[in-house]
Amino acid sequence: MELIVIASLTVLGYFFGRIAERKHFESIRLREIQYKNILVFNERHLPPGQWQKGPLVGGNVVISVDYFKRLVAGLRALFGGRLATYESLLERARREAILRMKADARSCGAQMIINVRLETASISKGNNDQIGSIEVYAYGTALVT
Amino acid sequence: MLVSNIELIPGRRIERHLGMVQGNTVRAKHVGKDILAGFKNIFGGELVAYTELLSEAREEAVERMLEHARQIGANAVINVRFSTSSVTAGAAELFAYGTAVVLDGE
Repeated sequence: MELIVIASLTVLGYFFGRIAERKHFESIRLREIQYKNILVFNERHLPPGQWQKGPLVGGNVVISVDYFKRLVAGLRALFGGRLATYESLLERARREAILRMKADARSCGAQMIINVRLETASISKGNNDQIGSIEVYAYGTALVT
Repeated sequence: MLVSNIELIPGRRIERHLGMVQGNTVRAKHVGKDILAGFKNIFGGELVAYTELLSEAREEAVERMLEHARQIGANAVINVRFSTSSVTAGAAELFAYGTAVVLDGE
């Protein structure tokens, strides 16, 4: 019985997780093109020019892996090596957080964001300290001419 | 109250530094939201409820930091940093800190 539950959860996770991930990457790519005129730097110095305002802008996202990926990662952890399933999770989260920060900056009328910092935290740890979901917060100083 | 995460406020001059100010908040997750998040853990994807919860909590941490800055007579906080840590299972601490400064009046 337990095995059937695990198997069906894995199959559900595999299909829905894949669809969700593909959609998410598509929307990320689309919005990255939309927001490409907002420049992002992680250096602290002000570029030359007159800047009127510099509000703090930020964007966060909490994102979770699906059941299938967690299982794969659990198996992979036995042998060590790259956990590709978690790599794509973190990539999605970071790109999404940066996009939300850019959206915040655009609503302030900014052209660029400097001193960008990214912060990652694991939110819920399930059984055996497995990471279930992560939060990424991106923040920086938006510059408005 | 101006806030920035670089060492200055663009277009303004810093008159005085007043030292570090900080604000924190510890938030636990709502049970109902936690159950919904449990479902999301099967299918994967964004946990919108948590995203909102954490962004609210972060705003509150910033608000407390600004309150502290106001009390000591600052009118801006520079070099702001954020930090998150999970205290116990199901609760997270959000912490914001920065340097309180007095800007020259314009």
